[in-house]
Amino acid sequence: MTETTRRSILAILAENNRLAPEDIATMLGLPVDEVAGFIREMEERKVILKYNTLINWEKAGEEMVSALIDVKVQPQREVGFDTVAERIYRFPQVQSVYLMSGGYDLSVLIEGKGMKDVALFVAEKLATLEFVQSTATHFVLKKYKQDGVIFEDKEEDHRLMVSP
Amino acid sequence: MNTAELVSPVVRELPPSGIRKFFDLVAESKGIISLGVGEPDFVTPWHIREASMYSLEKGYTMYTSNHGLLELREEIAKYLSQRFGVNYDVRRELMVTVGASEGVDLAMRALVCPGDEVLIPDPSFVSYMPCVTLAGGKAVMVPTVAEEEFKLNAKTVESLITPRSKILMLSYPNNPTGAIMTADELKDIAEVVERHNLIVISDEIYAELTYGEKPVSFAALPGMRDRTVLLSGFSKAFAMTGWRIGYVATNPDFLAAMVKIHQYGIMCAPVMGQMAALEALRNGGTEMQRMVNTYDQRRRFVVTSFREMGLDCFEPKGAFYAFPSIKRTGLSSDDFSEKLLHQAKVAVVPGTAFGPSGEGHIRCSYACSMDQLKEALQRIKTFLSTL
Ligand SMILES: Cc1ncc(COP(=O)(O)O)c(C=O)c1O
Repeated sequence: MTETTRRSILAILAENNRLAPEDIATMLGLPVDEVAGFIREMEERKVILKYNTLINWEKAGEEMVSALIDVKVQPQREVGFDTVAERIYRFPQVQSVYLMSGGYDLSVLIEGKGMKDVALFVAEKLATLEFVQSTATHFVLKKYKQDGVIFEDKEEDHRLMVSP
Repeated sequence: MNTAELVSPVVRELPPSGIRKFFDLVAESKGIISLGVGEPDFVTPWHIREASMYSLEKGYTMYTSNHGLLELREEIAKYLSQRFGVNYDVRRELMVTVGASEGVDLAMRALVCPGDEVLIPDPSFVSYMPCVTLAGGKAVMVPTVAEEEFKLNAKTVESLITPRSKILMLSYPNNPTGAIMTADELKDIAEVVERHNLIVISDEIYAELTYGEKPVSFAALPGMRDRTVLLSGFSKAFAMTGWRIGYVATNPDFLAAMVKIHQYGIMCAPVMGQMAALEALRNGGTEMQRMVNTYDQRRRFVVTSFREMGLDCFEPKGAFYAFPSIKRTGLSSDDFSEKLLHQAKVAVVPGTAFGPSGEGHIRCSYACSMDQLKEALQRIKTFLSTL
């Protein structure tokens, strides 16, 4: 299997994980067992981590609050940032954690049931970690686009139903 | 006043488009999935739209030269040279048109004398025949067949040549069949063209949508450049149908003749479209490739699905159409398409809308999402089992 083919399979799944190996095999002109085998291998190697669904929770009627928190930390001797990050990302409320260049060290995305929920988490759990020097919490007011998907896409199919 | 009688007889007698009839049928129905659309399902890539908006902000709202913006012609010349190995002088051999559609009309009007015959592959794009008729010529259909993957057969062309034959129309990759012609296959055609001293009008608007083979331009074949009017445009490859930008490249005499008609009838292509086209050629390669890859995936899916349903479907290697045979149902293309629309709520275009040789086939566009495609094919499959 060529590098391009491998990448195509992953790209197709990243776009739409409901396509069966049979469909993907047809789309790329490959034998089904080759595609299925590759996908299995990618799952085992944790290249494919999860098949999830992007949901607009607000539209679903769920009260969800997200906040981006800039965290400055004191890197721990011998273990550096990784151990510090782990102490943070283990909390289930934490959706993502990135090590950043620039003015602060870790960017932490939290999701909670409400403002209070998130604020409490920051005050009680995050700020109190011994190596955390400071936090700056920015609440998300509105989500326009996430993971490459525009939430309220106003672009519709305006084409004529039949054309030459 | 009998206004109908005042219409020019040539126009009055022009047959109505088979697509139009179908369009009206579809317009009356609800819940339809359409495989009848002859344009990309992608919206023009954002960077191209954004470039056009920026040009409006900067005040680009004027006429351009009749030939089109010089920068755009320069980009087109560079593209044709790098991609197809054909070189044109931007000042004397290239012009920007209002879509390839205008190019077809200009070429016919500039070159056809009353009674001249124009050979046209059958089936093919709907505008060739009317444009020949309107230019006072006679359209001679050259049948192509599924057994030969709807490629143009040099012998068939030769058998239809008369002392009045002047022009051969080429249209590969082809709408509606998805057929392509390789360089070797075009060489056979070039021999006939040379032997009978024909002009070729080559509509290469789908060239970038060629799958698994390298796109070729007829003008790149030895000795063919100066006999060829190369037509192309931005509609298909860059998903820019509504911008109405195409181009013509040919020898200085043909071009000057076409510019003359264009300057009086059209003046120039819209500047905002030309600015968008400039951005497309400069920075549109990645997005175009992404769209081409997507079409290619759907193409395999569609062909495989039709074959699994038991319909013969040759492998289209270009454009975004599959052209399966529905002969085994015993229905005509028209009847099949109409029944399919009413019973299964899937719109396709009967092959006969593109010429008599399209009988027994339907044109299915895969310019729609995988989800729609899957649903439409499922409906067709169910429909077939009820026949
Ligand atoms: C073969 C062919 N040529 C030309 C055109 C028209 O292209 P344009 O939008 O550049 O006028 C089409 C559009 O469907 C086509 O299929």
